[in-house]
Amino acid sequence: MGSHAEEIEVHSPSIPTFAKIWITLLILTAVEVFLAYEQVPTLIMLTALLGLSVVKAALIIGYFMHLKFERLSLFLTLFPMLIFCILLMLIFLGDATRLPFMRPGA
Amino acid sequence: MSTQVTTAVSTSAWDGGRSPYATNSKKFGMWLFIISDALTFSALLFAYTYSRVSNPDWPTPFHFSPSIIFSSIMTFALLTSSLTMVMAVHAMNHGNRAAAGRWILATMAAGATFVGLHLTEWLNLINNEHVTPASNPWGVPLFGATFFGITGLHMTHVIIGIIYLGIICQGVMRKKFKAEDVEVAGLYWHFVDLVWMFVFPLVYLMSAKI
Repeated sequence: MGSHAEEIEVHSPSIPTFAKIWITLLILTAVEVFLAYEQVPTLIMLTALLGLSVVKAALIIGYFMHLKFERLSLFLTLFPMLIFCILLMLIFLGDATRLPFMRPGA
Repeated sequence: MSTQVTTAVSTSAWDGGRSPYATNSKKFGMWLFIISDALTFSALLFAYTYSRVSNPDWPTPFHFSPSIIFSSIMTFALLTSSLTMVMAVHAMNHGNRAAAGRWILATMAAGATFVGLHLTEWLNLINNEHVTPASNPWGVPLFGATFFGITGLHMTHVIIGIIYLGIICQGVMRKKFKAEDVEVAGLYWHFVDLVWMFVFPLVYLMSAKI
């Protein structure tokens, strides 16, 4: 550890930055609750809510979890694989949307 | 003519002798755990979404009061606990152990608030609305299975997080543990908050009774 000490520089956002991120997250949450009571088709609602959630997740990962201030290699090691696997899970989406129309009497 | 010796000093971070990510190994280990845990929750949320999309008569039973109000306050509690956790890491990085301990205690209190509200909400659903993991009055049995499965696994993570923070907190107060240990505990806590950012809209808001 000792020889690495100078390599690991502590670069951290300031407290006002954290407070701003926190307020932004609260506002985005309020927008989500508001959206839940708008009469829009399910798929549009799902996209809007998930879009806002991805923004919130990015803020938490980038600032609270400090990833924005880590080396790019850490991000590249961890996240492309995660995103790829999550996208792979979309494979069954077509089956899920088709299922209601395949029921007898549908 | 002597053997040519390459004496150029390597500057790549990947040639050994130093940490290529410029993080300590505990932090990298926690990141690996978080990524694998993120896949677990993704799979659960995808299973829920598919069950939902393939059932047009999926129930939307959550009344504004108490369910949506409760879950919104729970979201507020978790987001605030993330802020106090960041403050704990900040204090620890500046060598202020007493302040770090207090911020961790505040984080645990917010986490306990979350669990308390969540259990109240669960008991309300179980006792008053008669929802169980296997059945509910609204016709799609998978509703209870996915609801209790996803929120239950998340609540387990919160409870483990409170215990983890409790261990870190007593160590910090007794001059044990380094700043990096608090930071690694913080990573776990923020991840639990992060998962709720997907559970809240998908499980609660999409099922709000309009």
